[in-house]
Amino acid sequence: MHELSVVAGLFEILEEKAREAGAVRVTAVTVRAGRLSGVVPDLLESAFDAFKKGTIADGASLRVETPPLRVRCRSCGEESSTEEPLFACPACGAPGLEILEGMDIFLQKIEIET
Amino acid sequence: MDSMEKRELLVLKDILGNNKRIAGEIRAKLREKGILAVNLMSSPGSGKTTLLEALADRLQARFRMAVIEGDIETERDAERIRARGIPAWQITTGGACHLEAKMIGKVLAEVPADLDFLFIENVGNLVCPASYDLGESLRFVLLSSPEGDDKPKKYPEAFLSSHVLVLTKSDLIPHLPFDAARARREALEVNPRLEVFAVSALTGEGMDALEAFLVGERAKLRTPHA
Repeated sequence: MHELSVVAGLFEILEEKAREAGAVRVTAVTVRAGRLSGVVPDLLESAFDAFKKGTIADGASLRVETPPLRVRCRSCGEESSTEEPLFACPACGAPGLEILEGMDIFLQKIEIET
Repeated sequence: MDSMEKRELLVLKDILGNNKRIAGEIRAKLREKGILAVNLMSSPGSGKTTLLEALADRLQARFRMAVIEGDIETERDAERIRARGIPAWQITTGGACHLEAKMIGKVLAEVPADLDFLFIENVGNLVCPASYDLGESLRFVLLSSPEGDDKPKKYPEAFLSSHVLVLTKSDLIPHLPFDAARARREALEVNPRLEVFAVSALTGEGMDALEAFLVGERAKLRTPHA
């Protein structure tokens, strides 16, 4: 839904980093998208492919990693990782987990040619 | 071209970091002025504007408030708020499904500095607005009874990131298969820190409690170390 806006933010960072490093081309991009970030990997790839035309990353491939959700129980303190949305602690059953990882979208790395 | 060298560059940057930075600046500025900023998120048609009209009628005798309206098109919501005697600014996103902090920053230059409350009505959408901090002190998610009681677990991010859940259109519950207890329970399972209010802006049911909560939060903001 808001993938185009995310990709616009991605390119602001990417173009700055590539320029700083003296890159002539960006050939690969890796993004880490949390499971609760609201970003759909397939849609992110479509938005990336539309946006990259005519930029330093024209021709770059995008890899979207979706790490497991990492949560901590506010009752017993147990930390868990899960591939599925989780609303109760697997250890003690208490609801209301603190999300340690899963809300954010990070630009992890880029592959450049200099 | 033979001398081309390929290498990997670690970046590790939050893609929405710039939005978060701008939002942080807005929040600091508004709090310093003692303005309680509230970001209202919900599906279209959940009653955000109607709730704001009802709050305007209740708050404006004692407090100064303003509203920033976000919509894809038209000035309609801002006009509804202005008709209540409240200053309102309309942001039309022209297609974007959410408001971003920099859009708020631009409008804030025109918003009076001596406010008590600034309400920001986000674009009607239960998904995307949740990812964008606008510099609010309180985030409200609205869920209206006709939408169904199963939404909190289907759209967890909006409920996870909010401070307050307002169950709206409570006057319709007798006519619908809406289980308010289930909606409340599921929302609290997603986020046990949610304050939950059930209101009808039309009949006024539950509005006293919501008004008292807002007035209390504003007072907390103005009391150092509260």
